[in-house]
Amino acid sequence: MSPTNYLLLSALLFSIGTVGVLVRRNAIVVFMCVELMLNAVNLSLVTFSRINGSLDGQVMAFFVMVVAAAEVVVGLSIIMAIFRTRRTASVDDANLLKY
Amino acid sequence: MTTTIGEAIGFWILGPVALAGGLGMVFSRNAVHSALWLVLTMLSLGVIYMLQAAPFLGFTQIIVYTGAIMMLFVFVLMMVGRDASDSVVEVLRGQRVAAAVLGIGLAGLMIGAVAQSVGVPLAAGAPSGSNVGGLGLLVFQRYLLAFELTSALIITGAVGAMVYTFAGRAKSKAITQKERVAERLRGPLEKFGSRSGPGVFATADSVATPALLPDGSVAPESLSAIIEATARERLGHATELSRPGDEHDTAAHSHHAERGEIQGSQT
Repeated sequence: MSPTNYLLLSALLFSIGTVGVLVRRNAIVVFMCVELMLNAVNLSLVTFSRINGSLDGQVMAFFVMVVAAAEVVVGLSIIMAIFRTRRTASVDDANLLKY
Repeated sequence: MTTTIGEAIGFWILGPVALAGGLGMVFSRNAVHSALWLVLTMLSLGVIYMLQAAPFLGFTQIIVYTGAIMMLFVFVLMMVGRDASDSVVEVLRGQRVAAAVLGIGLAGLMIGAVAQSVGVPLAAGAPSGSNVGGLGLLVFQRYLLAFELTSALIITGAVGAMVYTFAGRAKSKAITQKERVAERLRGPLEKFGSRSGPGVFATADSVATPALLPDGSVAPESLSAIIEATARERLGHATELSRPGDEHDTAAHSHHAERGEIQGSQT
């Protein structure tokens, strides 16, 4: 089996995440789709690291995980703040930046 | 150098599972089901990392992603309301079809780009030493600055989350004893204690006799709204005080304005 199969899987997962971000209306589910895209990129980074025989790609995937954790914390608190004021988690209802 | 048979078996089991998880997340209408499908995808990706000689990253994936991040997602879902399902209404016409076309096109582009490199062999020598040791050397030597920057990022994220959590929540100052006494004496509770009933401090037991306050003035609350004679004969111009539906507050305010005149008519 060629290691590029992992890259194909990563591309498919990334596309699924993209479609999810475009299609879903619930802000939390949109956020989960972004997480799926980050995971797909992580998979490709790990595969590149293996193909090249070095560990740099794994370190990069590690940093991506850290950034994803910080992003999730801030993003979910933003969603909660919007939900407290507007009583909705739908991306269609949050159409004003400041109100 | 190519991959082993066992790794191929693992990939062909876990890859479809990860894909199914992703598809299930996009297509399930309930948000909690989406989260669980995503957990499936993340778990299988973690095992795939372990297959690819990255055990540290695999365990980190399972612990951080499925343990912490998805936990947070489910927690927020429960706070927002798990029955907040997506609406079926399409806000932009044809958006779903366009999104599907774009997704398929994107997948085709990326697969086409990757497929040109199918058959690229693995590097001859695997990285020497243990996985965790090598990662530690890289993180704390070559990528030390980036590592420190991520710590700053994490702290900024935590502070930002707290700011958002406590935003708009006005800090209520503790009321001191002095302020509470002032509020009792001058605020809505100006006349503390219970109101006087009919006949209190009066010379007769009749309901028609208004109650008197300790200073001799008529307590407006004790005036009967039904017995009009009370107001007419004994109070004269103060009739409006006993109008039915008169609130306590307005009566109390007018009470002070006309206290002297009522007292005059009493005596």
